[in-house]
Amino acid sequence: MSLWEYANPVKFIRTTDKVLPWIWTFAVVALVVGLVWGFFFTPDDFRQGSTVKIIYIHVPSALMAINAWLMMLVASLVWIVRRHHVSALAARAAAPVGAVMTLIALATGAFWGQPMWGTWWAWDPRLTSFLILFLFYLGYMALWEAIEDDDTAADLTSILCLVGSVFAILSRYAVNFWNQGLHQGATLSLDKEENISDVFWFPLLVCIAGFVLLFIALVFLRTQTEIRARRTRALLAREGQV
Amino acid sequence: MVLSVRDLAVTRGGLAILEGVSFDVPPGEALVLRGPNGVGKTTLLRSVAGLQPAEVGQVTGAEDEIAYSGHSDGLKAMLSVTENLRFWASVFGLSDIAPALAAFDLEGLRDRMAGTLSAGQKRRLGLARLMVTGRPVWVLDEPTVSLDTASVALFAQAVRTHLGQGGSALMATHIDLGLAEAHVLDLTPYKAGPRSRQMDEAFL
Amino acid sequence: MRALLLRDLRLAIRAGGGFGLGLAFFLIVTVLVPFGVGPETALLSRIAPGILWIGALLACLLSLDRILALDWEDGSLDLLATAPLPMEGIVTVKAIAHWITTGLPLVLAAPVLGVLLSLPVPAYQWVVISLVLGTPALSVIGTFGAALTVGLKRGGLLMSLLVLPLYVPTLIFGAEVARRGAEGLTVQTPLLLLAGISLGVIALLPFASAAVLRINLR
Repeated sequence: MSLWEYANPVKFIRTTDKVLPWIWTFAVVALVVGLVWGFFFTPDDFRQGSTVKIIYIHVPSALMAINAWLMMLVASLVWIVRRHHVSALAARAAAPVGAVMTLIALATGAFWGQPMWGTWWAWDPRLTSFLILFLFYLGYMALWEAIEDDDTAADLTSILCLVGSVFAILSRYAVNFWNQGLHQGATLSLDKEENISDVFWFPLLVCIAGFVLLFIALVFLRTQTEIRARRTRALLAREGQV
Repeated sequence: MVLSVRDLAVTRGGLAILEGVSFDVPPGEALVLRGPNGVGKTTLLRSVAGLQPAEVGQVTGAEDEIAYSGHSDGLKAMLSVTENLRFWASVFGLSDIAPALAAFDLEGLRDRMAGTLSAGQKRRLGLARLMVTGRPVWVLDEPTVSLDTASVALFAQAVRTHLGQGGSALMATHIDLGLAEAHVLDLTPYKAGPRSRQMDEAFL
Repeated sequence: MRALLLRDLRLAIRAGGGFGLGLAFFLIVTVLVPFGVGPETALLSRIAPGILWIGALLACLLSLDRILALDWEDGSLDLLATAPLPMEGIVTVKAIAHWITTGLPLVLAAPVLGVLLSLPVPAYQWVVISLVLGTPALSVIGTFGAALTVGLKRGGLLMSLLVLPLYVPTLIFGAEVARRGAEGLTVQTPLLLLAGISLGVIALLPFASAAVLRINLR
C-alpha cells in the first residue's frame, strides 16, 4: 500500500468521497467554535479595542494563502517527476482557493488597517507581497484556462509554478528592501518569547485548524470536479473516435 | 544508419490514433506513408522527428540524422531566397547552397524576397532547405503540396539524387513520384482501436 | 547559434521587423506622463527615474510576443527544434536578439528622455547603469513568458499577466538604483542585487524556457 495509489483518479474519488463528509463536519465545527469563541468570548485588546478580533479571520487566511501556493508547488513537482494526473489537477483545484484566501487576507487587513493605521492600504512589505502573490495566482489560473490540451496545460503551469515560486521569494526580499513596513511582526511563532497571550491564542488555533480543514475540503471537492470533467472529456473523445 | 521504428504508438489530443507501427528505412531507400486524412501521418512524422515524445515504442537512428520538413516551410518573408538558404545551411554547419538552388530551379529567384514568391516557389525553397542540412534522413510531410508537375519532377529528381548518395527518405504523400526505390506503407491497418491504450486511460 | 542571432537582427531591422517600435513607445510613455501628473519640474524630476524604468519595462513587454510567435507561425521553430542547436541555446539567442533590438536602444534613449523629465544630473549615469544591468533580465524573463504563451492565439494579454509579476524584483532594484543615484545616496546594495538577479536569471531561466518551448512544440 503506497501513497501513490491515491494518484489513481478513481481511487482518489472513492477515498475522498468517504472522508469528505468528516472533513466538512470538522471544518464547520472548528470554524464555528473558533470564530464564536474569538468574537464573543475574548476580551478586547487594551490598545486595539475590538478590532483585534479580525485576526481570527486574517491570520488563518493569510497562512492558507501561502500554504496553498506551497501545496501547488509540491503538487506541480509531483506532476513533473511522477506524472500523476491527480496531482496536476489538485494543483489546479487549489489555485482559486488560495487566491480567495489571499483576497480575504488583504481585505480583512484593509478593514483593520483603516481604524488602526488610518489607511486602507499602505505599501508595506507584507501587504505588497500579498498583492504580488495574488497576481501570481491570477497568472497561474489564467494559464490553466488558456490552454486547451490538458497535459500541456499541466506541464506549463507546473513549470510556471516552480519559476513563480522562486520569483515570489525574490519579490518578498525585494519588497522588504524597498520599503520598511508598518505591519507588526509575526503574530505566531514557536520560538519567540513574546507571543500573544493564551486568551487570544487558543481560539486562534481553533480557527486556523478550521481554515486548514476548509481548505482541504475545498481542494478535495474541486479536484473531484476536475477529475470528473476530465473523465467526461475522455469519454466523449472515445465516443467520437469510434 | 538505418532509421528504424519499432512498435510505435502515437497520440493526438490524448487519443491514441496509431499503434504497433514498425518499419525500417535503410540508406538508399524511401518509404512513402499512405492513409486517409486524420489517420496520423503528420503525428507519426513528428514523433519520428523527435518533436513529439513517443509514449510507446522506439525510434532509432533519427537523432541528429534527420532533416524535417513540415506543413510550413519556415521561410522568412523579409529575407531573400539566398539569405533564407544560407541561414539554414549555417545552422547545420554547411555553407554551399549552389546545388540546392540548382536542384530546385531557384537560381532566377535568388535575390527575390521570400515573401514575394508564389506558394509553389516557396515550397520549392522549403524543399531546397533539405539539401543544405547535410542530414542523411529526410522526413517529409506532404512535400508536394502546391507544386506543379514540373516542380514535382524536380523534387523526385532531388530525392533520387539524395537516395543515390546513400541518403534515405520517409514521406507522407499521395502523389506517385515514380521512384523505383520507394516502398509504400499504408497506415490504415495500424489505426488504434477504441480499446487501445489511451493517454487518458486512468480517467476511464 | 551565431547564424540565428544574425538572422534575428537582420529581420528586426528589415521593414516590418518592428525595430524601433519599442523605442517609439518609450518616447510616448515619457511624453504622456507630464500630461498626467502636471508639468511641475520639481515633481517630474523626483519621479523621473521611476518613470524611465516603468517606460523601459513596458516598452520591453510590448515587443515580447515577437520573440517567438513569428517563428512559431511560419514553422521555423519546428525546424530549429530538429536542427543541431540545443533548445536552451535557441531561447538564449532569442533573448539576446531581443535585448540588442529592444533593451539596448532603450538604454541609449533613456538619458535623452531624461531631459524631458528634468532628471537630476547625478541620476543620469545611474539610470543608464541600472538599465544596462536590468534590461537583460527583462529580455530573458520575457522570453520565458513568450515561450509559455507561444502556441496561443491572442496570447499577448495573458503573457503580460504572467510576465509582469516576474518583473517585480528587477524593477524594484533597478528603480532603486536610479532613485538613490538621483538623491546622491550610495547605490552599492541595490546595484549588486540587481546584477545578481540579472546573472541568476540569465544562467537559470533559459532551461525553464527551453522546457516550456519543447512542451509547446509537441
